[in-house]
Amino acid sequence: MPSLWITNARVIDPASKRDAVGDVFIRDGKFAASLSAADKKRAKKIDGKGLVACPGLVDIHVHFREPGQTHKETIATGSRAAAAGGFTTVVCMPNTSPPADNAGTIQFIQDAVERDAVVKVLPTGCITVGMKGQALAPIGSLKRAGVVAITDDGDCVQSNELMRRAIEYAKMFDLPVMDHCQDASMTQGAVMNEGVMSTRLGLRGWPNAAEDLIVARNVVLSEYTGGHIHCQHISSKFSIDIIRRAKSRGARITAEATPHHIALTDDALATYDTHFKMNPPLRTEDDRLAIIEGLRDGTLDCIGTDHAPHTDYEKDKEFDYAPNGILGLETALPVCLDVLVRRSKFKLPHLIDLMTRRAANILKLPAGTLAPGAAADLCLFDPAEKWKYDAKAGFSKSSNSPWTGQTMTGRVKVTIVDGRVVFQNGKIL
Amino acid sequence: MPWTRRHLLTIEQLSREEIEQIHATAAAFKRILGRSVKKVPALRGKTIVNLFLEPSTRTRMAFDMAAKRLSADVIAVEGSSSSTTKGETLRDTAQNIQALQADMIVIRHAAAGSPLYLSRILDIPVINAGDGAHEHPTQGLLDTFTMLEHLGSLQGRKVVILGDILFSRVARSNIHALTKLGANVTLVGPATLVPHWFTGMGVNVSYDLRSALADAEVVMLLRIQHERQTSSHFPSLGEYTSMFGLNKTRAGWLHPKAIIMHPGPINRGVEIDSELADGDRSVILEQVTNGIAVRMAVLYLCSGGQPETVAAGSGQ
Repeated sequence: MPSLWITNARVIDPASKRDAVGDVFIRDGKFAASLSAADKKRAKKIDGKGLVACPGLVDIHVHFREPGQTHKETIATGSRAAAAGGFTTVVCMPNTSPPADNAGTIQFIQDAVERDAVVKVLPTGCITVGMKGQALAPIGSLKRAGVVAITDDGDCVQSNELMRRAIEYAKMFDLPVMDHCQDASMTQGAVMNEGVMSTRLGLRGWPNAAEDLIVARNVVLSEYTGGHIHCQHISSKFSIDIIRRAKSRGARITAEATPHHIALTDDALATYDTHFKMNPPLRTEDDRLAIIEGLRDGTLDCIGTDHAPHTDYEKDKEFDYAPNGILGLETALPVCLDVLVRRSKFKLPHLIDLMTRRAANILKLPAGTLAPGAAADLCLFDPAEKWKYDAKAGFSKSSNSPWTGQTMTGRVKVTIVDGRVVFQNGKIL
Repeated sequence: MPWTRRHLLTIEQLSREEIEQIHATAAAFKRILGRSVKKVPALRGKTIVNLFLEPSTRTRMAFDMAAKRLSADVIAVEGSSSSTTKGETLRDTAQNIQALQADMIVIRHAAAGSPLYLSRILDIPVINAGDGAHEHPTQGLLDTFTMLEHLGSLQGRKVVILGDILFSRVARSNIHALTKLGANVTLVGPATLVPHWFTGMGVNVSYDLRSALADAEVVMLLRIQHERQTSSHFPSLGEYTSMFGLNKTRAGWLHPKAIIMHPGPINRGVEIDSELADGDRSVILEQVTNGIAVRMAVLYLCSGGQPETVAAGSGQ
């Protein structure tokens, strides 16, 4: 493997607080402080002028649909979409078909990753058997098979007793429990945020209270058991307040926000476009601004895309009948650059931190740093390049994105995984 | 101002002038319906498909009647007999109907927004005959048409809509039509079925029946839709009747000349006393009759007809 020498980039490494124009060196798949003269001569040079070099992005919330729903996405296509979006580590959710609730399915996923993935794809396992919320999955075996967390993402565990036991049990293995916070009894048939818009459109509302209740439940159980709960894709202002207070007491609660919840509101649903249908739903401008503030003050720990591919024909339905979810990996960086850096005045290193080191820290992943000796996972992007996004031309197998046709600012140029260039100038290598 | 719309999807998107154009056209058709020969040749040679994917009696019959009075051929497709039960998508069903060279689709569907969805797929006009809890525009048009016949104008007049508003497309279409026509609208019913969010649509929300009914010139009752309620929104029909049912005493709180309306089907003894439903202040059956003229107007205008040509061009 040739050494790599990235020259004259704006190097941003939140872990070391580095933010300066300079070079990045990679040797034997790891970052290096420098290269010997001989190495420099042989190294492959990448001109970083005008570009930002940062740790490879980390997304702890994606759906790659394998096994069982490979018409939507596969580990091969999903990992290529990740690489194109600058992501070098992604954590995939276990709501596959069958659900990843046993070591065999995890091994199947690991084999597919080994064979097909171009970035690091880490599996999670289910909290409960079949994600049915009735009995604990074999969490110890899942841990041994290599899961980095457990979650019933999409089907929040409703029983407080079962959730308590799951947290206690998982704590023994130092496994975080990731939770999609939704009280099912309050959201029967719900397809969008409950409010003025749902009332106007005649669609069944998903009240933010249904998220707030479970976030509060998780805070209580985390503090009671001492276990770590990660609240996924927070969408409600009230939930952020609950998390902020819990963190001030030192609770082991972490939380993420999606690019779509910081960019869009339920006003986007006026035309019943199913590309704006997701769970949790888009909420109000008040909620959107609160999520941004939550990211600013650290109440929310990271960006997670909830990349959720569905085919055109599945999304092309009456709003009530279309599945939840949108693509996220190939648009996350430009959307966050626009919403957080340009419009909300976050410093660029702060955004990079939210998309790298802090995301990795939640699951204690060895990623999100440019430190010498660390795995050479890197993202090189042009923060100013304007380009028109077309989901159909992207690397995901599906194209369910609300951003198709829009002009994006900021484009990933090179993605490097373990010192190997996997994506460069629009192509997977 | 010429009529330019091809679809009728919502009242929300109509201007006041467009509502008045439909009303004027409906009035002309109503005069024709009073003649001994009720049929006009306006849509001769056109085929209208009534795609009713949710049960309906009154609306389906009224659309059927209206199309036949305009000399159109009518094909009825109902949910139970259609391919949707075999797994066909709405897109495919609709494209097949268009490929069979229908000239217009009238759709009733349980999913809100589906008429808009069809209108983006098809080249032929789409008429919304009720989509979920969203809108039922021809009902809102016929209700306001009926009110105008009795009140002359709706400007500043107090109209009360009483009952299950949350799940009601009739309520939403009436809210849009009434506010555009200048009426002062109050919604009343159990708090669980009349969420405060409705104030965002420019109406008053009340849970006090007496003050809500006081001096109202129109009260519109809505049926309690058991079939749409996934959880308990009120304790029992008996309690509903005792708290919100319209009876003789409560009708006495209304303006002396107030009219009582109901889009049907009526649950006698639940939301309205049987006696009141049949009483002389009730215009419930007039609503049904006006429903034909209003739907004739809508079918006619969305097929390319113009308001002023009804009497001249489509008469005998």
